[in-house]
Amino acid sequence: MDSLLFLIPIALCMGFFGLCAFLWTMKSGQYDDLDGASYRILMDDEDK
Amino acid sequence: MARPTISEPHTNISQINSSKNLCLHCDVPCPSGSSFCCMGCETAYAVRGISDEKRKLYSPLASYDTEKNAYSLTLLVHGVHCASCIQLIEKTLLQEENVIDARINMSTGRLSFSWTGKAEQAERLAYKIENLGYKLTLMTKGTKEKDDYEKSLLYALAVSGFGMGNLMIISVALWSSSSETMGGFTRDLFHWISMVISLPVIIFSARPFLSSAWSVLKNRRTNMDVPISLGIILATVMSIVQTINRQEHIYFDSAVMLIFFLLIGRYFDAKARGKAKQNAQDLLNQLRGYATIIEEDNKVKHIPIEDITQNMVVSVAIGENIPADGHILEGETEIDTSLITGETIPVYATKGAEVFAGTLNLLKPILIKVSRKSEKTLLSQIVKLMEQAEQGQSYYVQIADRVARLYTPFVHIMGALAFIIWWGFLGMAWQPALMIAITVLIITCPCALALAVPIVQIIASGILMKKGTLLKSADALERLSEIDIAIFDKTGSLTLGKPILIKEDISEDIIRKALSLAVYSKHPLSKALLEAYPARELLKIEDFSEIAGKGLIGKINGETIKLGNRNWCDVEAESQNNRLELWLKISDSPTLPFYFNDDLRENAQQVIAQLEVKGIKSILLSGDRKIVVEETAKQVGIKEYYGEMTPEDKFKILESLKAKGHKILMVGDGLNDAPSLAAAHISMSPSTAVDIAQNTADIVFQSQSLSSVVEGYNISVRTQKLVKSNLILSIGYNIFAVPLAFMGYVTPLVASLAMSSSSLLVIFNSFRLYRKDK
Repeated sequence: MDSLLFLIPIALCMGFFGLCAFLWTMKSGQYDDLDGASYRILMDDEDK
Repeated sequence: MARPTISEPHTNISQINSSKNLCLHCDVPCPSGSSFCCMGCETAYAVRGISDEKRKLYSPLASYDTEKNAYSLTLLVHGVHCASCIQLIEKTLLQEENVIDARINMSTGRLSFSWTGKAEQAERLAYKIENLGYKLTLMTKGTKEKDDYEKSLLYALAVSGFGMGNLMIISVALWSSSSETMGGFTRDLFHWISMVISLPVIIFSARPFLSSAWSVLKNRRTNMDVPISLGIILATVMSIVQTINRQEHIYFDSAVMLIFFLLIGRYFDAKARGKAKQNAQDLLNQLRGYATIIEEDNKVKHIPIEDITQNMVVSVAIGENIPADGHILEGETEIDTSLITGETIPVYATKGAEVFAGTLNLLKPILIKVSRKSEKTLLSQIVKLMEQAEQGQSYYVQIADRVARLYTPFVHIMGALAFIIWWGFLGMAWQPALMIAITVLIITCPCALALAVPIVQIIASGILMKKGTLLKSADALERLSEIDIAIFDKTGSLTLGKPILIKEDISEDIIRKALSLAVYSKHPLSKALLEAYPARELLKIEDFSEIAGKGLIGKINGETIKLGNRNWCDVEAESQNNRLELWLKISDSPTLPFYFNDDLRENAQQVIAQLEVKGIKSILLSGDRKIVVEETAKQVGIKEYYGEMTPEDKFKILESLKAKGHKILMVGDGLNDAPSLAAAHISMSPSTAVDIAQNTADIVFQSQSLSSVVEGYNISVRTQKLVKSNLILSIGYNIFAVPLAFMGYVTPLVASLAMSSSSLLVIFNSFRLYRKDK
């Protein structure tokens, strides 16, 4: 059971990282305009 | 929607002749024979180039962003239909030197852009967009608050989901074993890890409940959030105590699971409400913005529309919405009154004519003397009606609320009683006694009751939305299931509201002359003519002009051609006929008529028959001529019909039927039906009506066929049945579960599982709505 001492924190950290990533996507507004995003793919202008 | 006309022939019209042509507005290739790729571009193109005497003030609203060292502004932009519009607007702005970014959110219709330099640049940039033909309006505060609330719920949901998942892993270990097997150290390790995960999660995610409970308690009342918050706090505190004292059981998982499942319900509920609110806000936005007034000394001023008072003189430009009710002082023009009458044919208006706020000025600028204050206009009253409809809650939600109000004190008392009885009278240690009390609190959580109604409504809205039907108010479905009479309007409701030419044998030469004239007009009959004969080479017109209320005139190769109504083309008045018509006169030859039909919607006949099978009687009320109404009624199978009805007549008939105890469905189009739409038990409106007219109806349907009416009815009946069964399930569960918890047969974990599964049971029961049976 000693392995639990580091396995559990590792698992938690990974999960926490996922949570942070999700919260970041929400904060940066990626879910705000799902319709517009689908149209932007089709636009063909010279942006990088 | 009618559009303003261009009185000068445009030089680019020759592009109509080329086989490979680009959209005049956005330069996207479009099929030969048309000048625009889509209706959106066509509208925008026609409206562009409006004089910018009308100056809106945006710079006071611009906010300064110190990070970017720039001003930024967010406005609502109207008329954006597709990717080309987005690209066009964003590109136009980004091409400006001082603009840092510009972005349109297509879902919400918001345009955000930032620029360096002075705040006043806002106007210049905004006009650039308006000159492209897109209308800009100011945002209202309401939109921002709703978004923030939904966002905070989603954050809380994400965090509690994370917490719950990770906590469960530990919980499974804890509950499926005992400290003898695990060893005290492992158990304590798990406890501490659970606490480390839970505390931040609970503190963050429970905020919606805690803040709601706190605000209600401050007013000395309770709502459903109070026992929830109490349960969460007690469970958390107790578990902390247990962890520190190295005791046997902790209950963090119960608390977090509780939060997670409740948040799901809350989030969906907020989303559903948010949509309905959005529509009211959009309507209100039409009434915001600025108007141009002329003061006594002939000075021109710009004031917010809300500040318009009686007897002010307002100047309305071409393509501008009339900002207030009043009558015309100067000028003659054609007005798109589809907002008020539902008729897309523009109405000729001259000095003295009464005009209404929200209608669109098409042909020439006019001066109006205001007769009613901004709040008292027809439009404002409609908005107020809508807002009231929104606050009004469905019958079952009201019951649920009332039950909750009585239930929550009851729940607290039960919890306290359990604790007292077990600890005080039956001599249990305080921890188990407290656990029983918490169990009672948690298991009686009326979240199943809270979900029972909204979940079915959400699913029903989803199903209807896929079929193209939009519900505008929370209790629309409930009211729809109760109807026993359906009243239909004719134009635009039973019929498509779109004139179609009845083709007759006419020589190509004549057709071409008529089309060459018609192409310069945006009148719906001209457009119908053009649609009937597409892809023809047109002739060059000289001396073109369009006269309001009469018709078009121009010269081709020296011949004078006229296209318009009877008087314009010098036709003798005949006895009444029931057709829409346009007359063509070429020099001195005899006049030729063009007749148009307004087709019935698909399935109209079947729908009336189906409604009758279900026991719903149909009535036809229309403002059109009696012969036409009779003909239509016979075609469709309606036995009771009335023609030449004014809005007041319609309203009176409705009221008399209501007085007899009937529940009425009104299917109407346009605001002339507005009093009736509001007075009916429930109202539906097709979406070919102008957007605003749609908003006054409780339900809006998009499809071309009338079958949405029957589909909506069927779904509403099934919804009501499911709501009832949900309520029985959730109440039955409570009756069953509380005694069990009270007697100590349930642990908090089982309690939270039971409570969650009661919610799930209610949700799955609601899924039965997806079944296709009749």
